[in-house]
Amino acid sequence: MSGEALLALALGAPCAAALAAALLHRRPNLRETASLAAAAVLVVAVAALAPAVLAGERPALRLVEILPGLALALELEPLGLLFALVASVLWFVSAIYSIGYLRANREPCQSRFYACFALAIGAAIGVAASANLLTLYLFYEALTFVTWPLVTHHGDAEARRGGRTYLALLLATSMLFLLPAIAITWMLAGTLDFAAGGILAGRIEGPTAAGLAALYAFGIGKAALMPLHRWLPAAMVAPTPVSALLHAVAVVKAGVFCIVKVVVYVFGTEAGAFGPIGWIAGFTLVGASLVALRSDNLKRRLAYSTVSQLSYVVLAAAILAPLSIAGAVLHIAAHAAGKITLFFAAGAAYTAAHKTRVSELDGIGRRMPWTFAAFAVGALSMIGLPPAAGFVSKWYIVGGALQAGHWPALAAIAASTLLNAAYFLPIVYRAFFVAPPAGDAPHGEAPATMVAALLSSAALTVLLFFFADLPLALAARVARS
Amino acid sequence: MRAHLPALVVVLPLAAAPAIVLLRSARVGWIVASAASYGALVCAVLLLAGVGTHGTLSYALGSWPPPWGIEYRVDALSAFVLVLVALTAALVAPYGARSFLAEIAPERRYLAWAMYCLALAGLLGMVITGDAFNLFVFLEISSLATYVLIALGARRRALVAAYQYMLMGTVGATFYVIGVGLLYLMTGTLNLADIAERLRAVTELRPVLAALAFITVGVGLKLALFPLHQWLPNAYACAPSMVSAFLAATATKVSVYVLLRYYYAVFDPLTLFERLPTGAVLIVLSVAAMLVASLVAVYEQDVKRLFAWSSVAQVGYVTLGIGLDNAAGLTAALAHLVNHGVAKGAVFALLGGVALRSGAGALGVAGLAGLARRMPLTAFGLAIAGLSLVGVPGTAGFVTKWYLVLAALERGHGWVVAAILASSLLAALYVWRVVEVAYLRPAPAGAVRAEAPGPMLAAALAFVLLCVYFGFETSFNVGAAREAVEFLGRGAK
Repeated sequence: MSGEALLALALGAPCAAALAAALLHRRPNLRETASLAAAAVLVVAVAALAPAVLAGERPALRLVEILPGLALALELEPLGLLFALVASVLWFVSAIYSIGYLRANREPCQSRFYACFALAIGAAIGVAASANLLTLYLFYEALTFVTWPLVTHHGDAEARRGGRTYLALLLATSMLFLLPAIAITWMLAGTLDFAAGGILAGRIEGPTAAGLAALYAFGIGKAALMPLHRWLPAAMVAPTPVSALLHAVAVVKAGVFCIVKVVVYVFGTEAGAFGPIGWIAGFTLVGASLVALRSDNLKRRLAYSTVSQLSYVVLAAAILAPLSIAGAVLHIAAHAAGKITLFFAAGAAYTAAHKTRVSELDGIGRRMPWTFAAFAVGALSMIGLPPAAGFVSKWYIVGGALQAGHWPALAAIAASTLLNAAYFLPIVYRAFFVAPPAGDAPHGEAPATMVAALLSSAALTVLLFFFADLPLALAARVARS
Repeated sequence: MRAHLPALVVVLPLAAAPAIVLLRSARVGWIVASAASYGALVCAVLLLAGVGTHGTLSYALGSWPPPWGIEYRVDALSAFVLVLVALTAALVAPYGARSFLAEIAPERRYLAWAMYCLALAGLLGMVITGDAFNLFVFLEISSLATYVLIALGARRRALVAAYQYMLMGTVGATFYVIGVGLLYLMTGTLNLADIAERLRAVTELRPVLAALAFITVGVGLKLALFPLHQWLPNAYACAPSMVSAFLAATATKVSVYVLLRYYYAVFDPLTLFERLPTGAVLIVLSVAAMLVASLVAVYEQDVKRLFAWSSVAQVGYVTLGIGLDNAAGLTAALAHLVNHGVAKGAVFALLGGVALRSGAGALGVAGLAGLARRMPLTAFGLAIAGLSLVGVPGTAGFVTKWYLVLAALERGHGWVVAAILASSLLAALYVWRVVEVAYLRPAPAGAVRAEAPGPMLAAALAFVLLCVYFGFETSFNVGAAREAVEFLGRGAK
């Protein structure tokens, strides 16, 4: 199949899955099969695009010209391919997990859940493959709206409140900062098409450039830079598969992906403008870790860990050494695999034992050995220890910081790594080495589909450490351009 | 036949009105009114195509050549607005059958159809005429018919709303006619093109400027220019559903057209925007409208009034585009006539369905609880049309917002950009208040699942589809708007 057709298939498969979920809502087995099939099709389609992209081609698809010079168009480059691969593979895994989770917890409105989930993946693929800022913005906003029903899935007062914070912060940032940033880029460059070397190269400098960079960095609220990170913990009211989607697969990854994309393909050689943003990222890195350290609620701790981990990507992109750019790209994949494992494990603990607090997890690893072994792997990846994917990306980020001689960044990374260890290792310790409290209701592992999903994502985290060739090759290509 | 299209587009609905009164049947009235609406749409589309190939058409009514007789002029701008009005009419006419059945007493229904035809004829006439006084006549025809239509609303407050609108509308029409009188005094002609021609030779400008002020205020009243908007929220909220949808999509739009016509085709030789602070005044008033009216909408409890306040804010986008006075701004203003028209048409048409199923009392924000379960398509349509009001990419509203932001950036008005974005954020607030209640509040006990009747739902969803369609395929809204901007002599320099 041609690149054009494969791109259309990649965008069409999630939409078809959403339609199928809506139509088949009286036949749950068929509905979930359709979801899995679409995810498989998506993985195959994206994987089939990889050789061409690695060979230097840019599969493209022009959908419609909205305004003169402003088209809705897709074009897959190495960075987008990596994000699309992450999103598609993890969709497949989380689709398996969702089946077990939704059925075991008797969640309402499952069809709406599957439909919106699929649409969110479709929007993420659109973001990944966008050929220009307009397309990127369109799918970015679409992602916000299609995930709102997922965040407010339970429909109670708490869900409404969380949904409001989620929508308000994401919309306010994208409308107030991102849209004018795009308009200013259009005025300055006369084009919005991403290009190697940056479309703003030579057209902007000094404080103007730094101001525009700040508009982009804060406008892309999904990257959760402090102080605009509150939507992420607020979205924790959602069912766990949604949290996994938000934190690992689609939403936050779309955020940091957009930042890297803007740094590399919009600012390009002028990207030194992101220097001040690096400081904010460094602050977020440490600040969010401190909050995570103090949270007893497991999902909240994971949420703040995500805020902190996202800032690794932003910081690495802002340092702008070739090695750190490669590190930023790698970290998108590494964090995705690790964090989805952690969320899957948290959801499994909730499903099997109805436990949501860290302080309740004493000895749970003895009853759910597989789940918490996977959790330990995810935690290693967050801290950046081998044999987990997080080590590889952190290695490159640190290498980049050294290359650029950026000592404050190194200090922030070191502090955050220690804090990561301080808030993840105690959980693993409690789970395996503290005796369960007396009178605890006996329980075993969560349903098989959930365990299978979290084991495969843990395996992926380890595999990405040993076989990092493909992401490394893609990252190197992004860093070169 | 083709040569007489400019007359036909007005005469069809104008002749339909007395025919309906004579036939005295609501059913026949509906058929005749629908036929007239579709006929007008066909004429308007043919005229737009004709202007595209042959350029501006001039039609001498009764074969009296202008400037002595009344001239009908169809150019890129007026053909565009004609299509917008006729398209809306064609969409709401099938909708009205069920809406009138539910909201208007049987003995008055056929009269309502006659009034609707008169209102349509008046609006089309205002667009097509090239004569200042004839424009006043059509303005009064459409206004008087509209007062009656609003007074037919089911709520008792409808009478007060109609009376209020009538007072304000009469003041507006009087101001307009005073302005025309002053122009006649100075130029001795009523033909708009002729007035523009002779104004070049006028040396004493004071009466002309007074005429400009009178016409701006008079037309400003009709288009609900802030702070002359007081009549609008009540009028839209109390009118029968079909009338709300029709007015929201057409009435203020035609008045904007009249203002544009005067500014760019009549007063242009005065170098209006360079010598007078017209632009600055319009910008300040528009920004005030966008922020104040949106803020009121955020706190409004009645859904129809909420969206009526939103209309005041959205008209602010249009006048802001005019005030910015550059190619991008005018394109935004003209495109927004369509973009806002379809979005508001959709909203009021959908709310009409809700009122029909749950009673007019259900139009408090809280009354929409569980709408997504009771009327899933209606709730989804409301969400999509709402997104267009917010200006989310992929909807028609985004196109306007994009051009407006560009226009303000081009002028170097950073604070205007901030105001546009703040206003669309407020729009997100008031839209999402409604969406959240519809989707996340449980339906009252005993509520049954029932969508609006087929024809109503179909018409409303057609508006919704247009909201999305015009967000991607912009050759009608933006394309025609750009041509009209070229025509007004404000094309991209």
